[in-house]
Amino acid sequence: MTTNLLEIDDLHITGQGESGEPFEIVKGISLRLKRGEVLGLIGESGAGKSTLGLASLGYARHGCRLVHGSIRLGGKELLGAPPGLLRTIRGVNVAYVAQSAAAAFNPAHRLEDQIVEAAVQHGGYSIAEARAEARRLYAKLRLPAPERFGQRYPHQVSGGQLQRAMTVMAMVPKPDIIVFDEPTTALDVTTQIEVLAAIKDAIRCEGMAALYITHDLALVAQIADRIMVLKDGKLVEEGPTAQILHAPRAAYTKALVNVHRVGGVMKPPSGKIPSLEVRGIDAAYGLLRVLHDVTLRLDHGRTVAIVGESGSGKSTLARVVTGLLPPLKGEIWLAGERLPGALAQRSKDQLRRIQLVYQMPDVALNPRQTIEEIIGRPLTFYFGHRGAERRRRVLRLLEEVELPAGFAGRYPAELSGGQKQRVCIARALAAEPEVMICDEVTSALDAQVADGVLRLLLRLQAETGLSYLFITHDLATVKAIADDIVVMYQGKIVQQGRKEEVLTPPHHPYTDLLLSSVPEMELGWLDRTLAEREARKARGERVMESADR
Amino acid sequence: MKTFARMPLSAKAGLLIVLVFAFAAIFGPWLAPHGEAEIVGDVWEPFSTTFPLGTDSLGRDILSRMLWAARNTIGVALAATLLSFALGMTLGYVAAVVGGWVDLVLSRLIDTIMAIPTLIFALVVLAVLPPSLLTLILVIAVLDSTRVFRLSRAVAMDVAVMDYVEVARLRGERLPWIIFREVLPNTLPPLIAEFGLRFCFAFLFLSSLSFLGLGIQPPAADWGGMVRDNANAISFGLIVPLIPAAAIAILTIGVNLVVDWQLERSSTVRRRA
Repeated sequence: MTTNLLEIDDLHITGQGESGEPFEIVKGISLRLKRGEVLGLIGESGAGKSTLGLASLGYARHGCRLVHGSIRLGGKELLGAPPGLLRTIRGVNVAYVAQSAAAAFNPAHRLEDQIVEAAVQHGGYSIAEARAEARRLYAKLRLPAPERFGQRYPHQVSGGQLQRAMTVMAMVPKPDIIVFDEPTTALDVTTQIEVLAAIKDAIRCEGMAALYITHDLALVAQIADRIMVLKDGKLVEEGPTAQILHAPRAAYTKALVNVHRVGGVMKPPSGKIPSLEVRGIDAAYGLLRVLHDVTLRLDHGRTVAIVGESGSGKSTLARVVTGLLPPLKGEIWLAGERLPGALAQRSKDQLRRIQLVYQMPDVALNPRQTIEEIIGRPLTFYFGHRGAERRRRVLRLLEEVELPAGFAGRYPAELSGGQKQRVCIARALAAEPEVMICDEVTSALDAQVADGVLRLLLRLQAETGLSYLFITHDLATVKAIADDIVVMYQGKIVQQGRKEEVLTPPHHPYTDLLLSSVPEMELGWLDRTLAEREARKARGERVMESADR
Repeated sequence: MKTFARMPLSAKAGLLIVLVFAFAAIFGPWLAPHGEAEIVGDVWEPFSTTFPLGTDSLGRDILSRMLWAARNTIGVALAATLLSFALGMTLGYVAAVVGGWVDLVLSRLIDTIMAIPTLIFALVVLAVLPPSLLTLILVIAVLDSTRVFRLSRAVAMDVAVMDYVEVARLRGERLPWIIFREVLPNTLPPLIAEFGLRFCFAFLFLSSLSFLGLGIQPPAADWGGMVRDNANAISFGLIVPLIPAAAIAILTIGVNLVVDWQLERSSTVRRRA
């Protein structure tokens, strides 16, 4: 019985709603974690997985309360334990790796001082011991220059390195359990694969147990021995990784496994004047050149996907096309009409014909305007619709994006992420654009919700002949909806063409890196991919690495 | 009504104080038993049924003058604060939303004004200009607007980088729409709290100017001036000058209690959002 490191029984956690009334986040979950085992917790946002992860440290977020149940760590009850006991346990017996390492490190102190802090304060290590251990782990997690790495400040290392540094911080005091809360979600695919491999390696060698929380089933399948699927604070299904992947029992798990099966109809290229044409664009922020000679063409009613990791210049391209960032040189043509580079010089009608949908619907909607005001404004601004006519059109647009008419009077805060993104799309549609730029529109959404939004975009395209410039780092999305693909790397286009051409080998080495970094829903994908890359390197082929290195 | 029931005790007390003073300011002239500058008795008469708060250095009824002064003091402070907010907020928002050299010029100009000690600046300007209520309000408003500018620029900066403001820009919206429809509603809570605070400062500033003889000119009554007129009474063991001083203190406290509650409310709302 004592082989279990962590035992959680019938745990209930409540939080506080908008107006202060309590509601249950975790509704009676039990779990067991043995030494050396990795347990994956998976579910959409709001499933209670992060709350549960924090609870295994005996911690509840501000406003949350551990109401009922029991959390035993190595036989010690944490629920209701005095703060003194919890302090000696946290960081030493159980450690936490947060989603955003950038927000978890203090920018004013050197990395090493923060990394060894818990071990020295609670773990009984001397500073020298903790430093030596940290250096050993830097090497283990494949961080560059292990001897000097800790001397840097958080802003001097990349996102992927910082996430690994945080893992080191958790590992230095040799805890029994580490809780990983979406440790790779904020990273690019190309970086994610490396961090994931490093974490997997470290856990295996150090013999620690881990709770790995994520919304990405393909990802957790690479690292977990066992998976628990959560939904709305309840356990849906639990089982060994292989069983969850290949023989899911619950309908919800099946839906998770089968996500991203959206498929577009292949459209023949049209010979007409392209909706949007970009020729030889160079752009810079100050002295920093971010786009080099970018040329692409978007035909009427088609979708061009621009893919690349962060820093590749794909969002900058969107800013140039919309006029927010005037290019240094090059031309932008909209349906045969040359557009001025700067926003201020474009006519109202030119502005209307290009619409942008943003990544984060939370900040793209004014929280103090109702949905009707938000969608109605372009109707009034561009077409002069007012009163009953405007209202009628707003309701029709809501129907277009599959939202109930009752939403018109609501405020954005009352909507879920997916619903907000639909409102953003409705606002863009209200302007009756020819080109819609979608900047990572699905990356802030849960897989199933994202699927719904993609289906909506495809349907709208089929009905109205809209052209999409689709910016994303998610190749599964690209496969699902693109007609043409443009691969960008460090501000340059490295490959472009029809989807089937780009996706079939031989690839450009960078395209290859991107494609092979997307986690696939099968056991052993991670090890196999990494082994393949090593083998190809050994054969002397050109294998690119993420710019993050 | 629901908000009132949920208010903490301190905010209720503050609101009560503010309402009492507002009542006095609005209806003071009708409530006052005597005229504003009417000499009705001896110098510094003690409290009595005829003169509930005694008389002042010229034999005027203190209670009447307190009520008359409420309108002058609060009126000038309120007008000056409203004006300073109109000015400071508009400039602050323009600086934040337009940015670039507009922001640079405005910010440096405001910095220059702020570099000169406020009281000295006011003393110099008021000594040069003809004394009138309007100049007084304008001087206080302009000096106070520098602080409002700094705050509104800072809060508007945070909002101006939001995607929904960019959406409005991309739509081709003009500056007034961006400022008043997109930015203003989202920056209001901290500014409302600041309004209460700045009102207190304007009020204290006016009182100190009056005390120095440059504020509201006699025979018009105002609390700061009343403290000065009766300052000598202290040496005779009389509490007359403390009465207007107490009025100033109590209103300041009252407004601050309400402001504290507002601040608390706006910050919790933002934490949730």
